[in-house]
Amino acid sequence: MAYSEKVIDHYQNPKNVGTLDKSKANVGTGLVGAPECGDVMRLQIEVDEATGVIKDAKFKTFGCGSAIASSSLATEWLKGKSIDEAMTIDNMTIVEELNLPPVKIHCSVLAEDAIKAAVNDYRKKNGLPELKFEESVVH
Amino acid sequence: MLNFPIYLDHNATTPCDPRVVEAMIPYFTNSFGNAASRNHPFGWQAEEAVDYAREQVAKLIGADPKEIIFTSGATEGDNLAIKGVFEMYASKGNHIITCNIEHKAVLDTCKHIEKEGGEVTYLKVKDNGLIDLAELEAAIRPSTILIAIMYANNEIGTIMPMKEISAIAKKRGILVFSDATQAIGKIPVDVNKDGIDLMAFTAHKMYGPKGVGALYVRRKNPRVKVTAQIDGGGHERGMRSGTLNVPGIVGFGKACEICMNEMEEETKRVSALRDKLQNALLKIEESYLNGDKEHKLPHVTNISFKYVEGEGLMMGFNKNIAVSSGSACTSASLEPSYVLKALGLGDDLAHSSLRFGLGRFTTEDQIDYTIEQVTNTVNKLREMSPLWEMYKEGIDMNSIEWAHH
Repeated sequence: MAYSEKVIDHYQNPKNVGTLDKSKANVGTGLVGAPECGDVMRLQIEVDEATGVIKDAKFKTFGCGSAIASSSLATEWLKGKSIDEAMTIDNMTIVEELNLPPVKIHCSVLAEDAIKAAVNDYRKKNGLPELKFEESVVH
Repeated sequence: MLNFPIYLDHNATTPCDPRVVEAMIPYFTNSFGNAASRNHPFGWQAEEAVDYAREQVAKLIGADPKEIIFTSGATEGDNLAIKGVFEMYASKGNHIITCNIEHKAVLDTCKHIEKEGGEVTYLKVKDNGLIDLAELEAAIRPSTILIAIMYANNEIGTIMPMKEISAIAKKRGILVFSDATQAIGKIPVDVNKDGIDLMAFTAHKMYGPKGVGALYVRRKNPRVKVTAQIDGGGHERGMRSGTLNVPGIVGFGKACEICMNEMEEETKRVSALRDKLQNALLKIEESYLNGDKEHKLPHVTNISFKYVEGEGLMMGFNKNIAVSSGSACTSASLEPSYVLKALGLGDDLAHSSLRFGLGRFTTEDQIDYTIEQVTNTVNKLREMSPLWEMYKEGIDMNSIEWAHH
């Protein structure tokens, strides 16, 4: 199966690889997936406490090229969004942007889950009620 | 100068040797006859060519030409051997012993046999990929008619102890079948010394064309028979009907002859390159060799690079280097390699594996380039891997509650 150019580009030049200090109150961390499944994503957001806007986002991913590209793209989209806006990022938008084939849709689902987990971690740390989600179906 | 892409997937298939293609060409055009046409020169020419190829194939495995049944490939050979013995020897018993790292052509055929009322024991391999001979002996029943064990495994290259297996079978009067697809042409195989009664193999893994293979069926001590699975004309001593693929068979014969003449030299050269590649890649931190180090084909190595995922790893260089991975992402089933899992590897290591299959035309420059590319990509992806970071920080990954999908 050939990869789309966008996937290849994110794979070769991933945006925002790295680690934020998870002990800081304004950093939210989401760790999703499992080594046995061949995909683990860790996505982190750093929120500007005054504005509630995500000022930085970083990821590290163990997985195939599509998983790496999905998380790289997610960090790009997160920056500059409020934590509420972040929740509107939908896995299908990632699928469309990266042209993922059906067998790789789970990579985009994982990225969406990672975003939600990171936002919830931030909310929990800052005394906000955690948001409830329906269990993702496509794994 | 390196030409890209570099092919290091010779366990999947091999290119045709130009000498093989040259031998085949006349049989597409001028000498196009049907080998079963007994009454004119076109048929005679084709038959002569097939007879010659049958000798070339037989010679490579120490068999008599009459013991060679031409097939469409090893999958057909596996089916014919297992189903054919099961049907032919139904009055003797219905039990078959095989192992859990066989090729799907054997495993799926055995599943079919089970549906037909047969009983199959799937021996578990040890963590080095070899079967336990004591377990084999213990699995034998009065109703056992066939032991089906591969000569060498396609993913990890381990070579099974065929002589010992057949010695156990002979004592009990049980037939031995071996899928020798990966071994023939790479290491010396002799059906008499190895005590094999039926053996399937294929041309395209040994620099011959695709779509042609052979099933060896022993004719004496004991005389073995299989029930035909394809009827229609009684070709190949009634065991496999169908017009013979004359050009393919000619190419197969030539491929066998070349392997016979050049195996020794080729093995020396290719195994030296394989060792160079394997040693260099095993120097990478947290990389592990899969399968037995000693009992192994000369041209293959299978290595897991912990904390990076196989398909992601291949993507780093697959424009330039063709290898294969046991990662689930590369398979239709989304399950990691059942062979690697049978060795006791965790799913995580199975997902992290690459198989490198070297061949006749592999050069040292290609291996040097591969070492560099794989090493760089592993390092790059580990910088991106949360698991690598945890490993480096000394975090016990078993202590984390992973969200299993």
